[in-house]
Amino acid sequence: MAVKTYLDAIHDAIEEEMRRDENVFLMGEDVGLYGGAFKVTKGLFQEFGPVRVLDTPIAESAIIGVGIGTALQGFRPICEMQFADFISNAFTQIVNNAATFYWRQGVKIPMVIRAPSGGNVHGGPFHSQNPEAWFVHSPGLKVVAPATAYDAKGLLKAAIRDDNVVLYFENKYLYRRIKEDLPEEDFIVEIGRARLARDGEAATIITYSAQVHDAIKVADEIAEEEGKEVAVLDLRSLMPFDKTMILEQVRKTNRILIVHEDHLTGGIGGEISAFITEHAFEYLDAPIMRVAGLDIPVPFSPPLEKHYLPTKEKIKDKLKKLLAY
Amino acid sequence: MMDLWHIYTHMFRSRLFEEAVARAWQAGRIMGEMHSSIGEEAIAAATVLQLKEGDAMLLDHRGTAPLVIRGVDMALLYREFLGHPDGLCGGKGGHMHLFSRPHLAASSGIVGATGPLAAGFALAAKRLRPGNVALAYFGDGAMNQGMLLESFNLAAAWKLPVLFICKDSHWAITTETEQVTGGNLIERVRGFGIPAEYAEGWDVERLWPLVQKALVHIRDGKGPFFIHATCVHLEGHFLGDPLIRVFRHPLKEARKLTSPLLAALSLKSSDSVSHRKERLEYLLKTIGKAAKQRREDDKDPVKRLRKKLLAENKNRLKEVEQQIRTEIDHIISQVERYEKEAKR
Repeated sequence: MAVKTYLDAIHDAIEEEMRRDENVFLMGEDVGLYGGAFKVTKGLFQEFGPVRVLDTPIAESAIIGVGIGTALQGFRPICEMQFADFISNAFTQIVNNAATFYWRQGVKIPMVIRAPSGGNVHGGPFHSQNPEAWFVHSPGLKVVAPATAYDAKGLLKAAIRDDNVVLYFENKYLYRRIKEDLPEEDFIVEIGRARLARDGEAATIITYSAQVHDAIKVADEIAEEEGKEVAVLDLRSLMPFDKTMILEQVRKTNRILIVHEDHLTGGIGGEISAFITEHAFEYLDAPIMRVAGLDIPVPFSPPLEKHYLPTKEKIKDKLKKLLAY
Repeated sequence: MMDLWHIYTHMFRSRLFEEAVARAWQAGRIMGEMHSSIGEEAIAAATVLQLKEGDAMLLDHRGTAPLVIRGVDMALLYREFLGHPDGLCGGKGGHMHLFSRPHLAASSGIVGATGPLAAGFALAAKRLRPGNVALAYFGDGAMNQGMLLESFNLAAAWKLPVLFICKDSHWAITTETEQVTGGNLIERVRGFGIPAEYAEGWDVERLWPLVQKALVHIRDGKGPFFIHATCVHLEGHFLGDPLIRVFRHPLKEARKLTSPLLAALSLKSSDSVSHRKERLEYLLKTIGKAAKQRREDDKDPVKRLRKKLLAENKNRLKEVEQQIRTEIDHIISQVERYEKEAKR
């Protein structure tokens, strides 16, 4: 066992998979010599060289297009978007070309797209977004968003070994703030499986990425203040999402709060809410409630950004309403 | 008419303002990243000072110098960088997402995004304000971004009044541009049917007549023009750039660098030691190159012009500089006092 940050976990997953399979390679803006904007890929250029760690032009559409081309020839590219916000430059390559390829041609594209997302780092409107819902909406893509170092490593390794296109949203805020002991031996986390991060029977908070940690803290506070145990379900995978575990939690706790940092309207919470009402309406004791990023761009100014984010305070307020309903 | 004293006033004011902003960033008062246009002042002055009423400016993530020279209130800019509600954009944008309607100036933190926007401003100007131009600033890194190339084609095909200004620092963030760029930029742009010319971007005396010529061409309705101007970002890609740290504090940084570099050489890994040694040498060469570029004073546009004016009239120069220093000090201290009161 060794203590690893969320960032170390991502780095180690790439390094180990590159050692394991020589078809795996990495490309992106400044990922080589500089080690990436956030230093996730530090040392990989030194170890694997310019043939397997490629510094690209600032041209996201080309990065993904090249990824598709190499994947069709048996390689397993890991493409980095320097900030998840820049992924919109590569939109058609992802949602039109990559996502539909298997359906159209029966040929799989084993490609991982890493995208550092999320706010709370004062990056302003184009450096703070959570664009995962766009890709959940586009058939043919897998989408994951880990909250812990263990899941960051296990999901990335699973994504690299997966024969399909996987979008991997890593949370910038968690990079150096989250750490835990990770096993030395090889492990993966299966894509499509949620994780019960906290047990309880009074209600369930369904969430993912950075908000998992806030949800647990809020649940702990509520347990102390009101004596009610609230469960926290960490989705980990957003497409496919774990329908079995979601329904289990609905049947067990009967009250559901959905939390995500992405904007409320059109966010993943709406889809999960619809899924629950369609399949387990009779188990609900209260309307499904949501806390999410406001329907505005992410502001630069720290107080405004805090106003935008689904903070612990907002989660707690909503949870109290849900429990009292 | 090129008046070097007038030009210097603007370049020096912008430099002092940005140095004050850099100090605020170093002190932790500006959140997030901060990209400075220190080193681009000659390009900004040679272009902005030749604009007319109704001309538009599309700015990249280094918008400060053009905005200051265009006459945007520095107090509003500074408050915006601080994230203040009374900033230029209510604190919502920060330094990469600026907009000033009266100055027809808009910035974007997305690399290459200024090209299509400038084409749009130019299309509107063609109908609403014939004779006006739109200026698009971008770096050499943006030259490989699809949307910028799309805008070259549109501007050429529709004869749009756009002045494209490529500020070439030879670095795309931290990657050497030549490693990721095919062919020659001037030839590339000429391939679109756009006249393209080169000038050293630290030499305002050479830039000025080239910009003048370009603007005449554009205002005459002959379509876009492309200027390729080299420059050195004296503060690196962003404030706190590690490459800059290495040469400013070589001893301190060398100590920090030595052990990871040795580790990279000696660790067990999948590649041969000789290959790793090659890469290590490449890395050290890159650091050295970056350091050398930024040490050459004649590539600092402000110092370069200052030298000339100092020889011309020392006392006048000192007087001009003192005046601007007082002006900037006043603005900065006013904003900071205002901040303190707002916090209370």
